[in-house]
Amino acid sequence: MNLQSELARRLNEKPILLMTHLVLGYPSFAVNREVIRQMADNGVDCIELQIPFSEPMADGPVILKANQDALARGVRVRDCLEFAAEMVAAHPGVNFLFMTYYNIVFRHGEQAFLEHAADIGIRGTIIPDLPPEEGADFHHRSHQMGLAPIMFFTPTSTDARMREVAGRGQGFIYVVARRGVTGAPTEMDAGLAAYLERCRRATHLPLAVGFGISRPEDVAMLTGRADMAVIGTATIRLVDEQGAAAVGPFIAGLLAA
Amino acid sequence: MKKGYFGRWGGAFIPEVLHQTFVELRHAYEDARRDPAFWQEYVQLMGNYSCRPTPLTRADNLSRHFGGARIFIKREDLNHTGAHKANNVMGQGLLVKRMGKKRVIAETGAGQHGVATATMAARFGFDCTIYMGEEDVARQRPNVFWMEKLGATVVPVRDGARTLKDAINEAFRDWVTSMDDTHYVFGTVCGPHPFPEMVAWFQSIIGQEARRQILEQHGRLPARVFACVGGGSNAMGIFQGFLDDAGVELVGVEAGGKGLDTGEHAARMVGGDASPGVAQGYKTMFLQDGDGQMRDTHSIAAGLDYVGVSPILADLGDRGRVRFEAATDREVLEALSLTMRSEGIIPALESAHAFVQAFKEAPQMDADQALIINMSGRGDKDIFTIAHAFDDPSWKEFIISRGREYGG
Ligand SMILES: Cc1ncc(COP(=O)(O)O)c(C=O)c1O
Repeated sequence: MNLQSELARRLNEKPILLMTHLVLGYPSFAVNREVIRQMADNGVDCIELQIPFSEPMADGPVILKANQDALARGVRVRDCLEFAAEMVAAHPGVNFLFMTYYNIVFRHGEQAFLEHAADIGIRGTIIPDLPPEEGADFHHRSHQMGLAPIMFFTPTSTDARMREVAGRGQGFIYVVARRGVTGAPTEMDAGLAAYLERCRRATHLPLAVGFGISRPEDVAMLTGRADMAVIGTATIRLVDEQGAAAVGPFIAGLLAA
Repeated sequence: MKKGYFGRWGGAFIPEVLHQTFVELRHAYEDARRDPAFWQEYVQLMGNYSCRPTPLTRADNLSRHFGGARIFIKREDLNHTGAHKANNVMGQGLLVKRMGKKRVIAETGAGQHGVATATMAARFGFDCTIYMGEEDVARQRPNVFWMEKLGATVVPVRDGARTLKDAINEAFRDWVTSMDDTHYVFGTVCGPHPFPEMVAWFQSIIGQEARRQILEQHGRLPARVFACVGGGSNAMGIFQGFLDDAGVELVGVEAGGKGLDTGEHAARMVGGDASPGVAQGYKTMFLQDGDGQMRDTHSIAAGLDYVGVSPILADLGDRGRVRFEAATDREVLEALSLTMRSEGIIPALESAHAFVQAFKEAPQMDADQALIINMSGRGDKDIFTIAHAFDDPSWKEFIISRGREYGG
């Protein structure tokens, strides 16, 4: 079943899905392993595995630091791919996606990267610095291999641009809730609601809303307006402050409101 | 060829949130380029505010010293703020006025581009924030002082290698939040389209003047033109005056640091350490590892200490139109000393790289041939770095006594 149908199936059973995120190798693969187990046990639908890059242009201070610390500890792309294979096998109930910057894919070779990802059961890729104009080959190859190249809607996207971008996408659309980088809070206001309606009209793909989503109220506000809430920086911060064991209760609490 | 590409290099690898900003920037740039009045206004502004045309100085003492080609020096150091960076910045400033934006941001390595941007912002009445790697803040403290005095906010960047590339990332992080009222004044011929092409256009004023001046003074075109290459903007600026003249050899000089075989350098087009990559919004040759992680670079000249190189120059290198060489930190100091003593001219450490290579080649050239060195900036602003590099005893004494005075 492709990712879009898989998400649609899940949406028959619950009002909103959850996607979480972590940076591979930060603070260690051992901690990643425990965090992912807690996420999976608490019903997370998708997990973004970010392969660290030295120039994470679209990320705010928390994820930036996580990227740098992972690299400083000597994390290699090869380690990330091996670890991802282990996680996909261990948690069949979770859809795993690779998130990274295009240079990691480019150096590895687009074809080799996608083949490897498809081989180990990854469902899609999220590459914030690969717009449709530059990603024609990559997106085409992804489609051929059954991997969903995730596209972005942003508050600065015109309606025409949203339709154009959606035409390239599969799986779901990553809806960036506000301007800026990851990490800062997002105001859940009328402007956001109107924006989400605009997104909805532009595509039939499920909408995953991220950037600044961290509290049960945020998830509640998105329920009915979007299909999936994306929790990024919040869990990294939580693990930094309280350790991996805090992740399970945090995830469970998000859906409780 | 796809727009924004130069051979296999270039492109615009930007996050979706900037898509509309780039659409508007491309339109503003293309409109300006089609409008002859815009270029006229630009040339007038540079004449009235920045000493243009800058002279092409005949360096007879150096020519005699080497006993080969006639050496000419294009004096970009005489621009207001002391470097070619002013050309790009004032041009983008005029564009910002057209776009109706109220705030500018910029990255800076040596601090030259930051000072130039802060100056432009003061003149045009824009708010201004400059991102600068923490290591560069320490190396170029006097420039930080001037930026702040000119009214800019200087933000030290503590991530990554704390140099130019990290300042660029941080400026992009500002821009994805602030693009509605803010323009990012990119400092060199790198980054996503249209920056390489647009910055090259503003810098082409160097080559236009130099071509006219060498014909006036020498009666013929030069045999060779030398320029240092950080991102590549001063090199592209002067090279564009001679690109169509097959007989003029164009030589780009990169930072050889402690030597090409030491790993401590910033040479992307020579030495074999760089490889194709995509970062900071464009595709070019980067100094990176096998996974695609950017490596630390080194140069005595902060303005050349950068992991990537202009996609336009990468293509001109592929096509054999530009030859690339490298100069080491040590060679740079020697060339700097010689130039100061024999011509009374103080090149910036960046510019001195071009002098090194010209000095290597001048003796083998004929007396009726001319060569031009693009002196991208003046060196007296680097006084702390240069005095430190020369390990100058009386300067040290001065600093120690000043320190004592400030320390109480
Ligand atoms: C005086 C001077 N020359 C050269 C450079 C290198 O930049 P580019 O290669 O873009 O000319 C700089 C950069 O800061 C500079 O300040």
